[in-house]
Amino acid sequence: MTTEKGSSLWKDAWLRLSHNKPAIFGLFVLITIFLSCTILPWIPGFLQDPNLPDLLGKNQPPSSAHPFGTDQLGRDIFSRVFYGGRISIAVGLITTLVSVTIGIVWGATAGYVGGRVDALMMRIVDTLYALPFLVIVILLAITIEAWTSKLTLWTVELIAGKGADRLAMEATRTWVEPLTTLVPLFIAIGALSWLTVSRIVRAQVQNVAKMDFVEAARSLGLGHLRILFRHILPNTLGPIIVYTTLTIPSVMLLEATLSFLGLGVKPPNSSWGILIKEGADAMLTNPYLLVFPSIALSSSLIALNFLGDGLRDALDPKSAK
Amino acid sequence: MIKNLFSRLLQGLVVLFVLFTLTFFLVKAMPGGPFQSEKAIPAHIKAKIEAYYGLDQPDWVQYYKQLGHFLAGDPGFSLRLEGRPVTQIISQAFPVSFQLGVVAMSIALLIGIPTGCIAAAKKNGLLDVGSMAFAMVGVCLPSFVIGPLLAETFGRSLKWFPAMVWDASSPQTWLLPAITLGLGTAAYVSRLTRAGMIETLSQDFVRTARAKGVPGWKILIRHCLRGGLIPAVAFIGPAFAGIVSGSVVIESIFQIPGLGRHFIKAIETQDAPVILASVLLYGSLVILANLFTDIAGVWLNPRLRSGKN
Repeated sequence: MTTEKGSSLWKDAWLRLSHNKPAIFGLFVLITIFLSCTILPWIPGFLQDPNLPDLLGKNQPPSSAHPFGTDQLGRDIFSRVFYGGRISIAVGLITTLVSVTIGIVWGATAGYVGGRVDALMMRIVDTLYALPFLVIVILLAITIEAWTSKLTLWTVELIAGKGADRLAMEATRTWVEPLTTLVPLFIAIGALSWLTVSRIVRAQVQNVAKMDFVEAARSLGLGHLRILFRHILPNTLGPIIVYTTLTIPSVMLLEATLSFLGLGVKPPNSSWGILIKEGADAMLTNPYLLVFPSIALSSSLIALNFLGDGLRDALDPKSAK
Repeated sequence: MIKNLFSRLLQGLVVLFVLFTLTFFLVKAMPGGPFQSEKAIPAHIKAKIEAYYGLDQPDWVQYYKQLGHFLAGDPGFSLRLEGRPVTQIISQAFPVSFQLGVVAMSIALLIGIPTGCIAAAKKNGLLDVGSMAFAMVGVCLPSFVIGPLLAETFGRSLKWFPAMVWDASSPQTWLLPAITLGLGTAAYVSRLTRAGMIETLSQDFVRTARAKGVPGWKILIRHCLRGGLIPAVAFIGPAFAGIVSGSVVIESIFQIPGLGRHFIKAIETQDAPVILASVLLYGSLVILANLFTDIAGVWLNPRLRSGKN
């Protein structure tokens, strides 16, 4: 005799996902890239200094000393790709977190409250949708520089101490600068890109809010906030997770585009976008400079998209064709 | 339908107003000022410009002044380029970008729709898997990787096309930038067409047509194409917006003298009138594309025609 065991939605979803080969492959690639970009730079002596020029070893092809070769200043591309990946990944995660949070709150409010509030909130979303996104982001990237450069100075003084010598200031600056210049910019971009999430969440909340268990919760005397956050939103998590995995690649692509145009990460710091730009500029003399960062960026994007598609099939079986 | 169209146009005007206000104050908040470049402009031109824009007055006065200029259809003069009129700059640069955009969009549709149809007709076949893999790569390879690679391979190595030159009169020079710009969109269009066609092909009337002995290609083109294209057509608006944005990047990769490059230059030098005019132009294009998408959607899908949306 075997006893019947219940299986939760998440267990079912994992079962479906684990049968989806591209999705599992994507997950594996992602974990590999994520771990190597976050862990490798912290292992002392494993990677060379990504900003250390070597004037005798410029534009070298891949070798055992430099697995991906060196660039026009003799810097090791292998370590630049991993250091750059750290920034690209961080930017993708922060921006997505901001945009998904705003989108959930906005969409859930509109969907739950309904009526005129809903109409007004969604009209605002429609209006923002019609703005040329990249154009606004480019403007924003320049405008925000005025504030971020002050923030950088302030943070460097705070960490290194006000009267610190130049060398110590510079050393602090190299690692503080990418954080203080990029994080505000990408929080701002996240604050602009929540529109699609809010539409998805609103539609979901509207559907779930009609169900009987919500009525039951209300008859028990629960407050609106508790009903919304404890009873309705957990039932909309599937589409939210799917959309989140699909937002991360688009944000990483945006960071790369901005850096490519010279508006995102500034040299000597690296991100995949910067590395691709440097590679495109030096393509004639040293094609490896373009190839390796492009592979890093594209394989992460492909992996995220495979995983997102797989999660959609796993968590939202109705929408699967 | 007419009423709907009218309200969409009105909404478009609101969007343009929001865009104008947002851009104006973003430019005002940029660090530095327009007259800080190394090239000094002659004093009398500077005086003329300052009087025209009221640059010595508070921001909100400048805002109303500028809004008035734009409403009157005269965006004024560039703050660099020796005070050339903005309309002149735009009327020279825009046709180049427009040409690029139209060719890119045509390439996207000409590649995307046929591959999507074939993939749907031969579902899970070799072509289906192949074209979907192509679509995936197209979505994930950014244009600034594809662009240099294409220029290197077909331009410098194979010498099929001239690389990195733009000549408005010779279509050969448009092709590489337009392919680069259109490839990502082609991939999306292909995925959407495939999904739409698969959906339509599973309907009852297709089975009836099959039973009557209608050949497969005829079912695909005569019976299904119109319904199957609905998702792809709904994407044309966003796709066009993407191409408009993408052209800014492509123009700086291939060094094309279009609006995108003027826009980036204007941002670097804080040339507010040129920035405002190009942003508004981009905005209107996106609004028009969305409007066109709505109309095309209604034309393809009679269920939307009843008047209630």
